[in-house]
Amino acid sequence: MSSTKFILGLFDDPDVMMHGIDKLQKNSIPIYDVYTPMPIHGIDEKLGLKPSRLGYAAFMFGCLGGTTIFCIIYYMLVHDWPMNIGGKPAFTIPNFIPATFEWTVLFTAFGMTITFFYATHLFPGRTPRVMDLRATDDRFVIAIDAKGNIPHEDITNVLKEAGAIEIKHNDRKYVSYE
Amino acid sequence: MASHNESIIREPLITGENITYAKVTEDILRPVENMPNRAWWIGFTLASLGMMLWVFAVSWTFWFGIGEWGLNKTVGWAWDITGFVWWVGIGHAGTLISAILLLFRQNWRNSINRSAEAMTIFAVICAATYVVSHMGRPWLAYWPLPLPNQFGSLWVNFNSPLVWDVFAISTYFSVSLVFWYTGLLPDLATIRDRATGIRRRIYSVCSFGWTGSVKTWQRFETVSLILAGVSTPLVLSVHTIVSMDFATSLEPGWHTTIFPPYFVAGAIFSGFAMVQTLLLVTRKVLGLENYITMFHIESMNKIILLTGSIVGVAYLTEFFIAYYSGGEYEQYTFLNRFTGPFWWAGCLMYGNNVLMTQLMWFKSVRTNIFISWVLSIVVNIGMWYERFVIIVISLHRDFLPSSWAMFHPTWVDFSVFVGSIGLFFTLFLLFIRVFPSIAIAEVKLLLKSSSEQAKKELLKEGHQEPEQAEFYKQSLNKFDSVTLSEYEKL
Repeated sequence: MSSTKFILGLFDDPDVMMHGIDKLQKNSIPIYDVYTPMPIHGIDEKLGLKPSRLGYAAFMFGCLGGTTIFCIIYYMLVHDWPMNIGGKPAFTIPNFIPATFEWTVLFTAFGMTITFFYATHLFPGRTPRVMDLRATDDRFVIAIDAKGNIPHEDITNVLKEAGAIEIKHNDRKYVSYE
Repeated sequence: MASHNESIIREPLITGENITYAKVTEDILRPVENMPNRAWWIGFTLASLGMMLWVFAVSWTFWFGIGEWGLNKTVGWAWDITGFVWWVGIGHAGTLISAILLLFRQNWRNSINRSAEAMTIFAVICAATYVVSHMGRPWLAYWPLPLPNQFGSLWVNFNSPLVWDVFAISTYFSVSLVFWYTGLLPDLATIRDRATGIRRRIYSVCSFGWTGSVKTWQRFETVSLILAGVSTPLVLSVHTIVSMDFATSLEPGWHTTIFPPYFVAGAIFSGFAMVQTLLLVTRKVLGLENYITMFHIESMNKIILLTGSIVGVAYLTEFFIAYYSGGEYEQYTFLNRFTGPFWWAGCLMYGNNVLMTQLMWFKSVRTNIFISWVLSIVVNIGMWYERFVIIVISLHRDFLPSSWAMFHPTWVDFSVFVGSIGLFFTLFLLFIRVFPSIAIAEVKLLLKSSSEQAKKELLKEGHQEPEQAEFYKQSLNKFDSVTLSEYEKL
């Protein structure tokens, strides 16, 4: 039983890597994840990832922010201490719009970004779980979980045929742990 | 997809030979991974001297009060609010580049957005310090916030544009910061994975554990797009609200319904001028000519020309409405800009912003680096005078001639202003030292489609329309980072 945990196919070109994904899938080799130095459109569809739902979160945070500040303003200027400004009504909706708009944007931005960090497990000081150090530089990395019935040589051959310039058999899942 | 062939007639966004993904990383991180060069040290020394002057002058103001400024009973706002509006305006270009140009899919934004966003943040810091120090008692700066209090629970007045401004500027600053830092994460991870020792640890904390997996990128793109979507109306609202600080008053020269669009156009105008001032120097000093190319410079000049012309139309409209309204105070205010004691400030405003910018109609001006740089400084000066003219000339002679007065700045006014420029440049120079000044991941996206070498390959393949190929070759003449001799054979 080999000690290999992950097999990495390193590509130097995003398009070759995309064909690599096709080839692996044609051979029924399950892909664990793909690491790229820049966003490559279309991998998520190939790997069957659902579209991000952060847009819904953003919308709801926006609604929350607008409602919150509008209620605060209503409480302060209309309910708690209505001021007599030249006999004009206290409930002056047009004047409340700027602050309402600003907090809508504020809550949208912060709420969505914090949700993104939470869902993706990003926070200051998190140990980076990197499989190959060049995946943030110039290598497009396809990672394959070595556990499974497919012989490792077959996976290596498929990757090689697909144009991977380097194939790594990693004994550790992540190389970045010190 | 990355390999999408772009039309040959589009000018390249990355020039140079043998640019690979690794070389992009290498080129952009050179200033971050090596000791700074002499130019950086000279700039940093000067800037931090300026920053020390700022600390001194602001401390002086805090200690002795704003009576140390040249303000008087008639001119109650002068260099402080001029400086505030000037800095906020400069900040606007960063958001325009990062958000609005993203929504319009303008790929040339990719190599200038990072430093422009950083500029936004530093400019808003400078602006915010002006607001706090002009309050006179800065330790009470929390009073504009809607906090429960013991003044009979008298809340802040949400009918006032000054309160709107508190909300607008604070939201603008924090949202810009989030947008900027989220965009930095992948690039900080790049630095982390190349570094060793203590540097790796620091960048590891800063990069939040970024790996670049598929799901992370997918969410990252969603977040970028939505942040751009909300930042676009935000940036328009910020200067709209700043203009309402003036427009909702009854002061002749301020009481103008055209102010919101006029201020927003002016803000983008001055912001792009500042981006141009900084990037023309940065690309030279950091050797980034292949990424910030002549196409970027010319595009920015075109935006300066457009927004400068919008500002010009707004100026003309103001004069026409002053005449057409028949309001004698309004008419006097606008005549006073040329005939009053501050006539020279009026001339600097109209001359620098409208007349000088019109030179940008000439391609030879737009594509000349030195002239572009000088013109960007001219616009910076002109836009400072625009705010000075609007604020001080309007105030110093309004309804009651018995209250007319002059404004004379003191050394504290000068020092706070010069010092705030020092603060801005200190922050900017520290930024290009520790963070990548160009968005590495976003530039890599352009490499296969929009780079000069990709287009050269297309020409070599020879399936292009001859006129289009010729058009493309002609367009390369203006680039200072392209070797033209190789194109003669093609």
